[in-house]
Amino acid sequence: MKHFRVKKLEEKIFKGLMMAATLVIVVSLFMIIVAIVKRGLPAMSWDMVSKIPGGGFYIGKEGGLLNAIIGSLYIVIGSITLGLAFSLPIVLYINLYLPEKSKLAQFTRLSFDVLFGIPSIVYGAFGFTLMVYLGLRSSLLAGILTVTMLIIPILIRSIDEVMRRVPKEMKDAALSLGATRSEIIKVILRQVAPGIVTAILLSVGRGIGDAASVLFTAGYTDSIPTSLGQPVATLPLATFFQLSSPIAEVQERAYAAALILTGIVLILSITARYYSRKFSKNKI
Amino acid sequence: MNRTRYNAYRQIKEVVFRNSMLFLTLISLLFAVIIGISLYYKSVPILDQQSMWTLLSGESWKPLKGEFGFFPFIMGTLWVTGIAIIISLPLCLLSAIYLSEYAHPYIKKIVYPMIDVLAGIPPVVYGVWGILVVVPFISTSIAPHFVEFSTGYSVLAGGIVLAIMIIPLMISVFIEMFDALPSGLREASLSLGATNWQTIKKVVLRKSFPGLAAAVVLAISRAFGETIAVLMVCGNVAEVPKSAFDPAYPLPALIANNYGEMMSIPMYDSALMLSALLLFVIILAFNAISRLVLIRIEKNFAL
Repeated sequence: MKHFRVKKLEEKIFKGLMMAATLVIVVSLFMIIVAIVKRGLPAMSWDMVSKIPGGGFYIGKEGGLLNAIIGSLYIVIGSITLGLAFSLPIVLYINLYLPEKSKLAQFTRLSFDVLFGIPSIVYGAFGFTLMVYLGLRSSLLAGILTVTMLIIPILIRSIDEVMRRVPKEMKDAALSLGATRSEIIKVILRQVAPGIVTAILLSVGRGIGDAASVLFTAGYTDSIPTSLGQPVATLPLATFFQLSSPIAEVQERAYAAALILTGIVLILSITARYYSRKFSKNKI
Repeated sequence: MNRTRYNAYRQIKEVVFRNSMLFLTLISLLFAVIIGISLYYKSVPILDQQSMWTLLSGESWKPLKGEFGFFPFIMGTLWVTGIAIIISLPLCLLSAIYLSEYAHPYIKKIVYPMIDVLAGIPPVVYGVWGILVVVPFISTSIAPHFVEFSTGYSVLAGGIVLAIMIIPLMISVFIEMFDALPSGLREASLSLGATNWQTIKKVVLRKSFPGLAAAVVLAISRAFGETIAVLMVCGNVAEVPKSAFDPAYPLPALIANNYGEMMSIPMYDSALMLSALLLFVIILAFNAISRLVLIRIEKNFAL
């Protein structure tokens, strides 16, 4: 009987530890958000989101972060468009044209799983080499290209996951009505549309928050770019650069930028969650 | 007549679509190869001049004198990653077991989205949090118990920030592994009179071990490559750290920090591209191995 009690006790201790571990993880999430909000909120003002840096911005004078906000949006919009143009055909091909156990499909999936793990600094370094090779300087275009490389694996992985679950019967039905495979694409796309939205939101979140990839390639500027060849500011770099300033007022802006970034990412991930609820289980 | 022409048009459209999609897929598979080759091509100048071994084991980093020793940076990366894994592995393991074996669905419904949110927070925000909270905490509350002085910008700070950052990846693969385990295995053990915890210890953990190991390798490679957050809290001193309270200078931070000046000093950009190549090759290998293991497990359990 004593042995049984020991077993029960062990179970209880470990269960307690497990709950504690879960609590630690949840609490650290809250701590991060609270710390960012607490420090960022006092630094926020209407000017911060509606003005570009004025003269003397970097010694603490007036101005805002509009350049970085717009810059990040430009980068993300450009790279999502480009990314979809590459990833949709690939996902459609491996799901629609290749048989289920196809070696090519498996290898493609594996290779994008692996590319997903490549750190953004490597994409940044590669983007930089490519940029020099093509004779570009750091610009909106180079930034978009690099972020596109970063998000294509995310797009492909998450769209593929939804598309794999489209019932085979649906394809068969369309085919038996005489449609060609390229004509089924419409049917399939309609079916996975919410999944594509989720994939886009996920990659916007990753693309907008990543600093290491745009550090080499997008440059930084106080104005809003008017063409693809001009450098562009981004929110993560605005945070990063201004935090290293010795002047307190400038550091405040870094906290504001971090808050804006966190806000955007939180909204995105909640929306993505809402869309993906019926399509995917907990997966990152 | 019209009908046949229309059908011919559809056929041609089909062929064009199929072939261009196949082409794009094949090109995409070359992508990793292209990255590897171009980084290698860029690092050839320095490899011609010094042997790989001298570069990897050299302790002195003086680009102006042409000394490029990567050893301090490699050690910095290993220290930071090691601490991150030591902190996050037990947390993730315990929490994943709890969430998949014990937790009420209601709790899962609350915790899963939070893990997703944690995964979505940008690295630079983790870095800001590190500077605001972790660094001062280490400097005033932890370090004084162990060493005379530490600014807080240290291996430990990098490790803590990194630990939080890799939790979402690790925990979600852990949970996936536990959930994939056939419930018949658990039921067999429970029916023999084992307690829940005994079943977990002797059946669940043992059976899912390869998957868990693969998840840890994935997390390690994520930690290897993390740049901005670590760079912000590590102190960035190019010396081999001797304790957790010393500053460190991980490889990705080296690349990120020196990009501005690398064009003007000979061999500098080559050295930096070599470190990018090193990261790329190591992480590629780690990822490929663990993904293969995970795919294999998925197949076995699906039967």
